[in-house]
Amino acid sequence: MAGGLLNKLIATAALAAVLAGCSDAGFSDTEKRTIASMSLSALAPLPPDPTNRFADDPGAAALGATLFFDTGMSRDGNVACGTCHKIDRQFQDDLPRGKGVGETNRRTMPLAGVARDPFFFWDGRRDSLWSQALTPLENPLEHAGTRTAYAHYIKRRFGERYERIFRPLPDLSTVPASAGPFGTPAEQAAWAGMTDVQRDGVDRLYSDIGKAIAAFERSLVHGKTRFDRFADALAQGRQPSAGDDLTSEERQGLRLFIGKANCSTCHTGPRFTDNHFHNTGVPPAAGLPEDRGRVAVLAEVQADPFNCLGKFRDGGEEACGELRFMQKSSPELVRAYKTPSLRGVAERPPYMHAGQFASLEQVVGHYATAPKAVEGETEIHPVALSDREKAALVAFLKTLSE
Amino acid sequence: MTSAWRMVVGAFGLVALAIGFLAVVYLTAPAKPGPDLERSKNSAKGLYSLTIAPEAGEPKQGELHAWVVTVKTRQGAPVEGAAISIGGGMPEHAHGLPTSPDVTAYLGDGRYRIEGMKFSMTGWWQLKFGISAPAGADEATFNLVL
Repeated sequence: MAGGLLNKLIATAALAAVLAGCSDAGFSDTEKRTIASMSLSALAPLPPDPTNRFADDPGAAALGATLFFDTGMSRDGNVACGTCHKIDRQFQDDLPRGKGVGETNRRTMPLAGVARDPFFFWDGRRDSLWSQALTPLENPLEHAGTRTAYAHYIKRRFGERYERIFRPLPDLSTVPASAGPFGTPAEQAAWAGMTDVQRDGVDRLYSDIGKAIAAFERSLVHGKTRFDRFADALAQGRQPSAGDDLTSEERQGLRLFIGKANCSTCHTGPRFTDNHFHNTGVPPAAGLPEDRGRVAVLAEVQADPFNCLGKFRDGGEEACGELRFMQKSSPELVRAYKTPSLRGVAERPPYMHAGQFASLEQVVGHYATAPKAVEGETEIHPVALSDREKAALVAFLKTLSE
Repeated sequence: MTSAWRMVVGAFGLVALAIGFLAVVYLTAPAKPGPDLERSKNSAKGLYSLTIAPEAGEPKQGELHAWVVTVKTRQGAPVEGAAISIGGGMPEHAHGLPTSPDVTAYLGDGRYRIEGMKFSMTGWWQLKFGISAPAGADEATFNLVL
């Protein structure tokens, strides 16, 4: 009789353990909703860009693709957009800092889905895809060219195509061969010496270069990953096919990602980003000039002649909400950098805005310990994660690749 | 039954009792009270009554959108020509709003359009409106959970 009771107790305990195991493998309804919201299937169609009336013009996109890979679009003839944004490497270069004519201070960003960003670069110093594309062309560490040199180059190489897509070329007959607001002192003086009409014509052509490249970049999209196929199966209540199921470690990582580890607070939605800027206490890279992130470029983006409120925008001012209502002063913008998308992240170390971390393990370690920021206040708080939990997070991040 | 078996059975019984007790406590514990989500309330000093509403449907995470704030006196008269400041943020994350929303139009009948609102994250947000009008300066804080 006593033995029977004992057996029953043991059986009950065993059943309880099995049930506990079951509930751990499944996701709650709230978790399922969050997971579904992160699937690529939840991504809305790419909205139009009324500030660039060539955004969806196939001719402009084709010219943009040509320019993107054309090393003629640089001072020394060796640098194209595609030099750092490598087509077979998620449009990034695997280096801590991008290398054009010189070495830059920032990690090259991948470009899938880039047309969805409200602000560009790690610090958001440009407010449209087309104004972004113009900036490296004149940066002395990247393409290092000048505005009039690009105008002459477009006329010489692509004049007929340009006129067919955009407008008649400006009169460049008396425009200096190399002049611009960011060149050598002589080039800057030559730019200042041009007439307003000449500068305006060159600027208009220059903005069209950006609009062509932007039209091309709108075609760069995220590919479906194992996570997406798993998330879609979960949302539809069916068993994922064998190759798409997440292992128990990856599931644990996913649960931590959207739960205790707080990753999805910022890495949210189908692109795994809130498109905003945060100080997360990432240490500066040694040997680089001072870098204060978002706070340092607030004046620059507002003064950019190619921004949404400038005269090179197509369409009405109602498209300029992001710029008009951007946060213009706030202590939390000190050393704040853009939340990057995490799609494909495991395939592209090193990480952070200057390639500070060599591995995902280091990144997860940073966010778990949440060290103080060198300047400003970090927004993140320490999270007690075991070594197994950290490994699970890394395992989950690897499911975000195709 | 030997005394050893009795002790084993007794120990199981005690454990089961403890689990049962904890389960009752856990299952009947009151849910953590959330912030009040009222969209109409009096300002802190009681000078004004404010009502807020999104202009075009409930806001979605990450989208710029507009709100309409209606300001009335305690007696229910619309307040015209009020200067309205907008602040707020996420109390649990110690940061402010991701944008600088502003009043862009007076719509009549005490109603003001506020453009440039954006909630970049899900969670608990606060919106703080500072009202300055002939009746005096006052403020009201609203909670939203996205």
